[in-house]
Amino acid sequence: MEPVAVFVPLDAASCSVGADEVASAIVREATARQRDVRLVRTGSRGMFWLEPLVEVSTPYGRVAYGPVQAGGVGELMEAGMLDGGPHPLFLGRTEEIPQLRRQTRFTFSRVGVNDPLSAADYEATGGLSGLRRALEMTPQQIVTTVTDSGLRGRGGAGFPTGIKWQTVLDMDSELKFIACNADEGDSGTFADRMLMEGDPFLLIEGMAIAGLAVGASEGYIYIRSEYPDAIKMMATAVDIAHLKGWIGPSVLGTSHSFDLYLRVGAGSYICGEETAMLESLEGRRGVIRAKPPLPAIAGLFGKPTVVNNVLSLATVPPILANGAEAFRELGVGRSRGTQVFQLAGNIRYGGIVETAFGITLGELVEGYGGGTASGRPVRAVQVGGPLGAYLPTSRFDLPMDYEAFAEVGAMVGHGGIVVFDDTVDMSRQARFAMEFCAEESCGKCTPCRVGAVRGVEVIDRIIAGDNREANLELLEDLCETMVDGSLCAMGGLTPLPVRSALQHFPEDFAPKEATLL
Amino acid sequence: MVSKTRSSYVPWSQERAVAIVEKHRAQRGALMPILHELQDVFGHIDDRTVDLVAGELNLSKAEVYGVVTFYRDFRAGPPGRSVVHVCRGEACQSMGAERLARHARDYLGVEFGDTTSDGAVTLEQVFCLGNCALSPAVMIDGRLKGRIDEARLDELLATCGTEEQ
Repeated sequence: MEPVAVFVPLDAASCSVGADEVASAIVREATARQRDVRLVRTGSRGMFWLEPLVEVSTPYGRVAYGPVQAGGVGELMEAGMLDGGPHPLFLGRTEEIPQLRRQTRFTFSRVGVNDPLSAADYEATGGLSGLRRALEMTPQQIVTTVTDSGLRGRGGAGFPTGIKWQTVLDMDSELKFIACNADEGDSGTFADRMLMEGDPFLLIEGMAIAGLAVGASEGYIYIRSEYPDAIKMMATAVDIAHLKGWIGPSVLGTSHSFDLYLRVGAGSYICGEETAMLESLEGRRGVIRAKPPLPAIAGLFGKPTVVNNVLSLATVPPILANGAEAFRELGVGRSRGTQVFQLAGNIRYGGIVETAFGITLGELVEGYGGGTASGRPVRAVQVGGPLGAYLPTSRFDLPMDYEAFAEVGAMVGHGGIVVFDDTVDMSRQARFAMEFCAEESCGKCTPCRVGAVRGVEVIDRIIAGDNREANLELLEDLCETMVDGSLCAMGGLTPLPVRSALQHFPEDFAPKEATLL
Repeated sequence: MVSKTRSSYVPWSQERAVAIVEKHRAQRGALMPILHELQDVFGHIDDRTVDLVAGELNLSKAEVYGVVTFYRDFRAGPPGRSVVHVCRGEACQSMGAERLARHARDYLGVEFGDTTSDGAVTLEQVFCLGNCALSPAVMIDGRLKGRIDEARLDELLATCGTEEQ
């Protein structure tokens, strides 16, 4: 009899709630029952309320059980899990789970499905078809395809990827670089980590295509040290890709070369800012550079450099494979294609939702996310990371669209959404935004370095009711200085959460004594 | 981030340190990979390591010292036998991370950045471990843990810093 394929995630988040122990228990319990199983470790499907999620291959497709704990595996086996038998944890066919069924997995098509390090599975599921297609094209044709797709930078800034590539392509230089920003430091984001742990070859393929497109023969992936599992996975995948000849001196047997190296961060948030990341890659303190010059013109080691986020690069292979139109036809306005939204914090059904731009904030938080984990009412959501705005539920009708968010003084960013229930004190969140900026500022420019420290002090005085009106005015003045005078987004965007908290939740900034009266 | 326990660190050896520099020196931007491996092997980066790296790479001591002190991960002295990172990012805050962070400090009797007096545990704060849908999160010796409440943290901390782990 064929061994039964059983799939258990190896994603760091899945393992953080016991996936490794579940995998061991499955092998142990199957052996005890003399059942032959083929255990496959995959990335995560991104439905974290169901983790550890176990899938079993059946004649009618993969079926899921979750959340499974190691101690419950024996009982599941007794219930016939290996044959897709019924049990309270049985979820039916994985792809029919409502939150997954409604998604459009364009970039994340293999994450949670494949063994991330199986080169054969990668190719069998469409892997390398984007790179093969790119090898038949001229660099200009590749860049034009990416431009036509409407893909914008997934790291948060939303700059059109094709235009960035065009700038590097047009530069006359013997040496150019592709630098992948995998320094995913924003709270509420984990899609880069999941992609690297769940489909590392896709990122490698995307970087190789970027190299062909702009004429770069070297790539660097800068991964934050807080992601030890992603680092290990990427390192192994890069080795395999080299051995397979997908990258290296001869990309897929052609005359093109592309070498890829990993670099590991060291606990600095600001190194997620592209110029600070370049400094760090060069072996220096992660102090940001003033722009211009743009990295596309003078980037890594002073050479023209494409700096792209993990998901931007990982979205390129399916665009090349399926054509620009397949991506462009999704989305709204100038926000084309899909975004991998991340539902985080106090949320019942947390995880990733890859779907076309244009879905409303409320549909994500309430429709997919099911409201809060605590069961209390949602009070605020922070969209786009620690530098993103706090929004009240009255803004749940906003479509996820770069321009629509910008219009109301918020930002979509990388699509991370952190949910807070009604126990949140928004003055504490505003204070934290300043505290975080003070902690993580690189120190290069004064508005950020000093402004953040002063910001914490001023908010403390406001909360204490000390000269409130004057201090509110001072805070506004300080925010304006930081926005106008900072060199990068760290100081420039920190006022966004602060001001939005003040704007939408002014009652939280009333002196605590006064609220008691 | 420390991904192993102190028992696996080796005592300082100039020969070993030079070999580490040699292994990486041909790479572009070799300083960070060198510092990472030095800390990985010796557990920390002290003044003599800074001197050695500066000399080998023909950099000023100030440059190397500047890099070592800029990054939170690099430490000047040996860590505890276990290193515990408690996430204080917004997603974890929304699920009670500030309370958990307070609890961790009270339980261990140290502030963030400090090591317990018996050398068992170094406590660190971190802003995001990428486990934001399973908040609050902590990382213990490089292993991510999700959905951590005070009771679960106590259980985990009780096993920290024992050499057998």
